[in-house]
Amino acid sequence: MPANYSAFDKAEWLRLEKKADELRRLTLQTSIWGGSGHLGGSLSCMDAMTILYHRFMNYDPKNPNLETRDRFILSKGHCAVGYAPVLCDAGFFPVDELKIFNLTGAKVGMHLDCNKVKGADCSTGSLGHGLSLAVGFALAGRLKNQDYMCYCLTGDGELNEGSNWEAAMSAAQFKLSNIVVLADNNKCMIDGRVDDEMKVEPLDEKFEAFGFETIRVDGHNMKELNDAIEKAIDNHKNGGTKPYAIIMDTFKGAGVDFMQDNYLWHYGSLDDAKSKSAYESLDRYYKERCARAEREG
Amino acid sequence: MAGMTYTMTDTTKLSTAECYGLALCELGKEHQDVVALTADLAKSTKIGMFGNEFPDRFFNVGIAEQNLFGVAAGLAKNGFVPFASTFSIFVAARSLDQIHTDICYQNVPVKIIGTHAGTSFGQAGSTHHSLIDMACMRTLPHMSVICPCDGAETYNAVKAAYDIPGPVYIRINRGFDQVIYKSPAENHFEFGKATVMNEGNDITVIACGSCVFEAMQAARMAKTDAGVNVRVLNMHTIKPIDEEAILKAARETKNIITVEDHEVMGGLGSAVAEVVARAGVACNFKMLGHVDAFSTIGLQEDLLAIAGIDANGIEKNIGEMLKINLDPDSAWEDEY
Repeated sequence: MPANYSAFDKAEWLRLEKKADELRRLTLQTSIWGGSGHLGGSLSCMDAMTILYHRFMNYDPKNPNLETRDRFILSKGHCAVGYAPVLCDAGFFPVDELKIFNLTGAKVGMHLDCNKVKGADCSTGSLGHGLSLAVGFALAGRLKNQDYMCYCLTGDGELNEGSNWEAAMSAAQFKLSNIVVLADNNKCMIDGRVDDEMKVEPLDEKFEAFGFETIRVDGHNMKELNDAIEKAIDNHKNGGTKPYAIIMDTFKGAGVDFMQDNYLWHYGSLDDAKSKSAYESLDRYYKERCARAEREG
Repeated sequence: MAGMTYTMTDTTKLSTAECYGLALCELGKEHQDVVALTADLAKSTKIGMFGNEFPDRFFNVGIAEQNLFGVAAGLAKNGFVPFASTFSIFVAARSLDQIHTDICYQNVPVKIIGTHAGTSFGQAGSTHHSLIDMACMRTLPHMSVICPCDGAETYNAVKAAYDIPGPVYIRINRGFDQVIYKSPAENHFEFGKATVMNEGNDITVIACGSCVFEAMQAARMAKTDAGVNVRVLNMHTIKPIDEEAILKAARETKNIITVEDHEVMGGLGSAVAEVVARAGVACNFKMLGHVDAFSTIGLQEDLLAIAGIDANGIEKNIGEMLKINLDPDSAWEDEY
């Protein structure tokens, strides 16, 4: 079962904002240690990873293979420069591993190897694989009477891959309500805007047509993310028969002004001046986010 | 017709795939962690036999081979031993990325049984012939590759696959193979160890799959026609390959011919050649199989003959290598 979670009040919102800020910083730092990284897509989904790992998911960093743990599948596997800091911060491995991110011989790099990185539930990198793995994880849970949730984080560009839709069909066919797809709809891919390159919208209507319950949220609003994930969990707990898809409208490079909504920041590196500017930007972003939590929480 | 030895309508025996289905059902009874998956080919691959017996542990993902292997990997990551089946060509060509990353990179125990291998789906033509699967599967780290010679060996290989660590690929034919072993009890399948089907020191024919029967026929013919003693090795395990048996053959017989219903580049021929070359053992060497070409439509026995990998073709090549006249089929050229 998912971890018991408290009411989502202002204090909880601010706690999550603080954690997301720390993780954005650790992501920037990891890319600096490693020399480069997929920063844009990591920052767009950091709020989702934060709320999953720090509010909803059941796991034990001392026992990474705990059978009853909730599963997280980073289908957009290139965003390991964001995901590895989440796992490290959650206690799965020491920060020293991040300090050699992407360096020759490092365990932790651009795409995570689950046989080397504790806490990573599977190895991803080639796009369009995660949801099939999630279907296998979810079927395994059902067969073993283990009521864990399977959270599958995909990118919007990634949803160009046809294999996702094979997997989506089967998630619905097998009535896997323990699957929650979180689609990081940052509207950018390597070569340009998703709408210009290969349009995937309307994602909510697509997932609905494939047999999912769907909801669209502001992926940088903790309250909206919280309510959507709670609904998805409730859907499963209350005997729902459909998997759930949360379409998260996000910005590539969220929080760093010169990266935000700019597809050119799919992958990049920060020199000293840019690092300084990026951290200053994150300071401002955190203040804005906390102000919103104070105002609306 | 020369070499016409197939009895595709012989329903008194089990097809090779049915032997697989039976073995899988037994594994299902013995092991609760065995699950089975297919992509709308439950009947064709006979994996449906498991589905009938264990419906809760059987998943048909529809016509979606990429998803088939991704889901299997997910189940395997969570403690199950999935057996997944589709046609061999779709295993290799349609789903290679999933098998590469989800199964082999993660090193999970998914057992893939690809049916309709080689040209065994004769009249379906090249879209459904599988001449590249061993080459693809062999180069994947952690993957073991097995090509059994008949139904009984298939039965034993499938049973053995459960205990072989990591991912396993078994390629089997459509329909009925020539019976070499009357029952699984007669077949002593040992993973990674070639079986000597015929003793001989003049030349060695190393074969796999349906070509093992053809090689045994060719050996008998060569003995009768010219007193040639042909060693026949059934190289059912392509990876890890039995290096000892290959090098023994190279040293003792000085002549090696490999035979496979598969592209020679990357398949059994390549695997044997690599062993011989690495060891620096000099011997005459020839690889029979399909050579950088798509196959055509036809009955499998005809396609084997066209490729020169039926008994007559193998015997002819034995003669050429040993520089003796062994071409009993020359009078039958007009047959095809």
